[in-house]
Amino acid sequence: MVSPTPLQAFSGVQKASKATNKQHLVDGEKMTGAQALIRTLEDLGVQDVFGIPGGAILPVYHQIHDDTKFRFVLMRHEQGAGHAAEGYAVATGRVGVCIVTSGPGATNMVTPIADANMDSVPLVVISGQVGVDSIGTDAFQEADTVGITYPVVKHSYLVTDAQDIPRVLAEAHYIARSGRPGPVVVDVSKTAQVGEMYYSWPQRMILPGYNPTTKPHGHMLHEAVRLFERAYRPVLYVGGGAMRSNAGAQVKELADLTDTPIVTTLPARGIVPDSDPKVLGMPGMHGTFPATAAAQKCDLLVAIGARFDDRVTGDMATFAPSARVIHIDIDPAEIGKRRHTDVPIVGDVAQVLDALNDEIKHDPAIHNKPKLEPWWKLINSWRERYPLPYDDKTPDGTLSPQWVVGELSRQAAPSTIWVSGVGQHQMWASQIVDFENPHSWISSGGLGTMGFGLPAAIGASVGSTRDFGGKKPVWLIDGDGSFQMTSEELAAAFIDNAPVKIAILNNSVYGMVRQWQTLFYEKHYSQTSLRDGENTPDIMDVPDFVKLAEAYGCVGIRARDEDEAKAAIKRANEINDRPVLIDFRVYKDAMVWPMVAAGKSNDTVTYQPGVQPLLDGTTDEGQEDDASRQPQPQTASEE
Amino acid sequence: MANYPASQPTSSLHTLSVLVENRPGVLARIAGLFARRAFNINSLSVSPTERPDISRVTVTADVEQTPLEQIIKQLNKLLHVLKIVDLDKATTVERELVLIKVSADQTTRSDVLEIVRLFRVRVVDVHPQSLTIEATGAEGKIDALLGLLENYGIIELVRSGAVAVTRGPHALSEKGVGSEIRGR
Repeated sequence: MVSPTPLQAFSGVQKASKATNKQHLVDGEKMTGAQALIRTLEDLGVQDVFGIPGGAILPVYHQIHDDTKFRFVLMRHEQGAGHAAEGYAVATGRVGVCIVTSGPGATNMVTPIADANMDSVPLVVISGQVGVDSIGTDAFQEADTVGITYPVVKHSYLVTDAQDIPRVLAEAHYIARSGRPGPVVVDVSKTAQVGEMYYSWPQRMILPGYNPTTKPHGHMLHEAVRLFERAYRPVLYVGGGAMRSNAGAQVKELADLTDTPIVTTLPARGIVPDSDPKVLGMPGMHGTFPATAAAQKCDLLVAIGARFDDRVTGDMATFAPSARVIHIDIDPAEIGKRRHTDVPIVGDVAQVLDALNDEIKHDPAIHNKPKLEPWWKLINSWRERYPLPYDDKTPDGTLSPQWVVGELSRQAAPSTIWVSGVGQHQMWASQIVDFENPHSWISSGGLGTMGFGLPAAIGASVGSTRDFGGKKPVWLIDGDGSFQMTSEELAAAFIDNAPVKIAILNNSVYGMVRQWQTLFYEKHYSQTSLRDGENTPDIMDVPDFVKLAEAYGCVGIRARDEDEAKAAIKRANEINDRPVLIDFRVYKDAMVWPMVAAGKSNDTVTYQPGVQPLLDGTTDEGQEDDASRQPQPQTASEE
Repeated sequence: MANYPASQPTSSLHTLSVLVENRPGVLARIAGLFARRAFNINSLSVSPTERPDISRVTVTADVEQTPLEQIIKQLNKLLHVLKIVDLDKATTVERELVLIKVSADQTTRSDVLEIVRLFRVRVVDVHPQSLTIEATGAEGKIDALLGLLENYGIIELVRSGAVAVTRGPHALSEKGVGSEIRGR
């Protein structure tokens, strides 16, 4: 007869185990769970925390005092707290931490959690939860936070016993930052917050099901080198994973060793300075033409911490059709998810590339590898013929948004951290800003969260103050639509002294949506006009961004022409004691080019309206390169 | 290139044994993963094991190799999942329990009983208008049995989902899988 055992897999809450759990060792200092929570954060070395208090988390907030070792930044909306923690995490490389209340506090955090999950941002979200006896009774401000966030977290905990708090937080912090980083939710019931426990540090983590692979497999490295030996048209396709692994130097070394061009996805912009001649920019939907074309025409695609997102690949079936693929990623599930991989290498990007670079240096055959001059000749001809297509002048005399971004970049300090919302301005920022440093570009990639910008900029500013003495200024490039989704955080920026500089490219419309309406929806501008820059007799500016900034104690400046814009940017760069907002009035019908329409092949990339170089055959230089080939490398036939 | 959704015409039936920590919400995480990644599964059963701290989930799915790899890799990302084995049919004993209520009156009862005898399954309830049959076996046998009984009219049917265990003296939970869990 099998003895009955508890099957908790079905239940949401742990069964109160009797004797065993109560016999805790009496080692350690006696305190409440709430005290232990704050103490654990201090012992973890957490220096900055974002959040908003509320009923079910009050015992924890009660333990935040003047002598608490971390700075607490009070935001104005839980979503803002989450994005701020993300911005902080990306700028500093440390885990972002938020503390919010139960119910609506936690549900407001779902967007940042999902955003962090898509972009692999290390985040620990501590939320309050009603007392254990009330769980499941639809109590006031009760929400099944762990249940709601299952699909968008790396891991989550519901803590019902005070004694578990230090161990769970230590585990959560470790899980968030190790392996493929991501968000971890710790839902702490009021019972655990007020319960008594014995605190000790350090804690032993119990994670039997968590062993991220960081070291690469030697055999796979050897295979990868063999593919490099035979490649005529290699490309390094570098993604956010390389940034999380801080592998800029390794990527550059690999590119130099193998003479390979680099294309970087949105979150990896700046991993190798844009001034490096090997950097072609961003590939994909709104990538630069040379980057998109190089990825499409390559015969060896080396994906480094990248995940073949549909915005990069376009139609997957026709993406880089003749390429062999080496895929380096710390998450084994990314390998083979969207594209067949010839050489999979699971491991931490920096460690893998160190080992791979070593292997390449010591490989005699690599010196006989094909010369890449024809490939570079082709790429350079693309660069010459197809630079970023935009005009500095606009038909109606308003500012050109691309020119504004260019001017911001020209005037900014080289150490600037750039942040963006989501929309046209984000693409222009990514295309035009001159990124010279890694970790200096913070944007919402995978989830594409409008409203990400301002709170993330505040988080970056807090991080800049912490790590760089505020020496790295933070510029937020935002759209008027995106900005209005979280503009309440101007209060936090002013009061908590986060002197961000905000450039609003104000075109009075949801520009990216309008661009799609222009191109694909018969110019039916359904609900995309914000009319906030339209000064008609009926409608004055709503909102007036200058007045809005001033209402929050910030400096507001308006710029309608290039002279005003130059002066405004200069003035903004000189103000460092408070946030500055510039309302740039830009051309409503400016479009982001180049473009690959959603779901279409990257072969159809439109450089500017009516010009599709990869289809037109205007890139026939490619033929020379094919003809000059030596024995046929094993490529196209096998795909 | 991966082809989704997971179930394709050229697929084959796989049985996955998944050892998980016996903790709150594990099943919700696994079920949610299948749902959001659009993995179609045939059956799923979960039960305690010889160790109170470990539960065992048996999943059967009709999938091709590439999506199967994705299922395994994505399951592995769940921290409560300790071990996943794609069981080899040749070295595995697989069973499923089925309860079948068949319509059977005086004229057909003996025919149904003959089928019961041939398949070595058992009758667990008799009523003037029905017979309830308990059958265990691998999926093929159950399907064959159901095919025959269909002619008499199946009133009600419930299947437990497959469970499976490898042949020989070893356990999947050997080699200290999750040996640390106890300390929790």
